[in-house]
Parts: sequence; C-alpha cells; structure tokens
Amino acid sequence: MVKEIERAGLPVVHICTIVPISLTVGANRIVPAVAIPYPLGNPTLSKEDEKKLRRGIVEKALKALQTEVTGQTVFEK
Amino acid sequence: MIKIVHYINQFFAGIGGEEKADFKPEVREGIVGPGLALKTAFGNEAEIVATIICGDSYFNENLEAAAKEILEMVKKYSPDLFIAGPAFNAGRYGVACGTICKEVQDKLGIPAVTGMYIENPGADIFKKDVYILSTANAATGMRQAVPAMAKLALKLANKEAIGTPYEEGYIQRGIRKNIFREERGSKRAVNMLVAKLKNESFETEYPMPDFDRVTPNKAILDIKKTKIALVTSGGIVPKHNPDRVESSSASKYGKYDISGVMDLTEETYETAHGGYDPVYANLDADRVLPVDVLRDMEKEGLIGELHRYFYATVGNGTSVANSKKYAAEIAQELIKDGVQAVILTST
Repeated sequence: MVKEIERAGLPVVHICTIVPISLTVGANRIVPAVAIPYPLGNPTLSKEDEKKLRRGIVEKALKALQTEVTGQTVFEK
Repeated sequence: MIKIVHYINQFFAGIGGEEKADFKPEVREGIVGPGLALKTAFGNEAEIVATIICGDSYFNENLEAAAKEILEMVKKYSPDLFIAGPAFNAGRYGVACGTICKEVQDKLGIPAVTGMYIENPGADIFKKDVYILSTANAATGMRQAVPAMAKLALKLANKEAIGTPYEEGYIQRGIRKNIFREERGSKRAVNMLVAKLKNESFETEYPMPDFDRVTPNKAILDIKKTKIALVTSGGIVPKHNPDRVESSSASKYGKYDISGVMDLTEETYETAHGGYDPVYANLDADRVLPVDVLRDMEKEGLIGELHRYFYATVGNGTSVANSKKYAAEIAQELIKDGVQAVILTST
C-alpha cells in the first residue's frame, strides 16, 4: 500500500513494527514502531506517558516526511 | 538416523492464537503439532528429536534476541537438519521461519528448510538464503506441503544434488547454473519467438527480475501548511465494523469521516484485524491510528490539517494484488481531496 501511494505521487511515511517487512515491500520512509498489537502505544504506561510516546513517534514520522531521501531510509528510534 | 529439530509457532503448537503471540521460546522433546505429519513423511529415515516453539509477535519484536535464544536451543541437540514451519501466508511466522533457518545454516552449518506461500513477506526476504518450499496460502495446504518439504530436507541432509525450483518445488533463489541443452541458443530463441507469434505458451529461460521499487517523492517543505491523511493496514474501523471489513484476506477497505473526532475511544472505534491480539487496539485505537496526537498538533499549528477521512483495511493475508488496488484507489481520492502527505501505520 505504501508503495502504491508513493507511486501516485504522495510522500508517505510507514510507521511499522516489523521493519524488515517494510523494507522488503519497498517503503522509502520508515519509522519503527513499538509492538505489533500497539505500534503507537504501550499499555504498561500511564495514559499521559503513552500519549507522549505516541507523539514522539508521530513527530519522527513528520520529520521523515520533511527529509529528502534518495532510497529506503529507516528513521531509527 | 537423521536427527531433526523442528521450529513452530504458538498457534501450531496448540498453545493459543493472537493472545499468546508473545509466548517466549520453549523447547519440547519430540514432536508437536505439524511435526506429526513430518514424522509420517520421514518414515524411518529421520526423527524429530525436539520442537522449538515461539510466539510470532515475540519473535518479530525481538528478532535478534529471539534468534540467539533459539539458536542455543538448537545447538544443544546438534541435529543434522533443521525444519521450520511451514508458515503458509502468515507474515510474522514466515519472517520467524526464514530468520531462524538462515541463522541455523550460517552459524551452525546445519542445512535448513522451511515452507511458505509466495506472497509471505518472509519468502521475499529469505528466498536467496534458504530453501523455502512453495506452499498454499493457508494451512489447508499442509497435506501437500509436508511431503515435499520432507523430501527436500532429506536430500539436503544426505547431501544429494538439489534440482531446479521447478523440480523440487522451492521458491526461486536467484541462482544461475550452466547446463547443456540439446538445441543451441539461437534455435531455442527462434522457437520461442515463433510460439509467441502464434500465441502459444512458451517458457522464458531468463525471467526478468522483478525490481518493483518506487522512487521516493520530494520531502514536504512546509509541514505547517500540509494536509496529512492517515491510512492503516491495522484494521481500525468505527465500532461494530459497519462495512464488515474481513478479519483476514480483506476484500475491501473502509473510508471513515473523522471530522470533529479528537480521540479514538473504546466506545467509538475498534480493530477488525484478525492477525494480532485486538485487546489493546480495542481499548484505544489511537495506539494504531494516532488521531489524538495529530489533532493536538493540528490545534498547535504544527501541521496544516488532518484530512477529514481516514482509510483502513486489514493487512492480514490480504493479497498483494488487492492491497495494490486498494492503495491506488485511495491515493487517487487523496490527491483529488488535496492531501499532500500520508502517514500509513501497520501492525
């Protein structure tokens, strides 16, 4: 899906837990996530801390969208 | 007799489904689950001495640690052969099988075989490194997969010559081998051309590799003026799944209006995805689709606007062809609606 959206001309960032899958599929901007059932969360944290964690990942995703890349790039944790 | 260690996931071990996908590696003496069918296929030639079980999520979330732990377990039995799966179209299971087979081969020098459906992401990642028997996309193909895997595995253990992917049924590894043919190349090429002109079937001797890569689009210059859309393969839908997006092999995607929605709550949204434990996403779907955070950022002026609709499908066993089709349609709509960038989340 990421690839087709990119192909259509929209810059897209893929937030995902299993980075090797995203790489093999062909995403260009990749932001690693937390865990499979909660990529942008962590139920062991308090609501506030969890939202902070989520915001951190989204901020990284926005930064990835603002970064020129020439090929597949993983924006590390 | 050839000694085998077999790797399977929590599901095939009968431990549980997605709620047990965080199950840590455990070794059991002898046969568990699909090992029984393998045993029948091996007859008296080989014996499964141990079965290693690991939850799919645990493995994929801890790739290096899990592989290391399992490698130690394998080592203890010093087997002649290692078999993983088959994983069919289960993505995390496929990645686990591929990873551990490669580790066992590279680090312990023990031949390894696994089985997967051609669209399993694990197949694409590991086909060059590991013999992956091509299987059906669901466990209903177990009966065909097992004898073929056993046959290939025994050949490897006995150091017999391995035939072509076509003969042995494994997924092409990208290896080229020189062979002698009866007819010379020019004649074969002309025959092929004639067949093509007559609309007859012919088989190319050199299939072109499929490098389907898309060039990255230009970066966003002014994020504060950018309209951003959310798309997910994690199956987030309004409560009770009004479009009935299927929990696996989704035949559709949903488009949902979130104007005025500041936060996805337990009462309003849920996941339709059947390929991960839904408990956490059902309690708070922002954990998969970060609407709450993007609303905050929209208010704070850090992004231009969050697009009025989000799009969701279930990326569980959904075919590549369908995923492509859905995303192409979604992208056209997004462009029409003036969206300039997309955040796509996957579980």
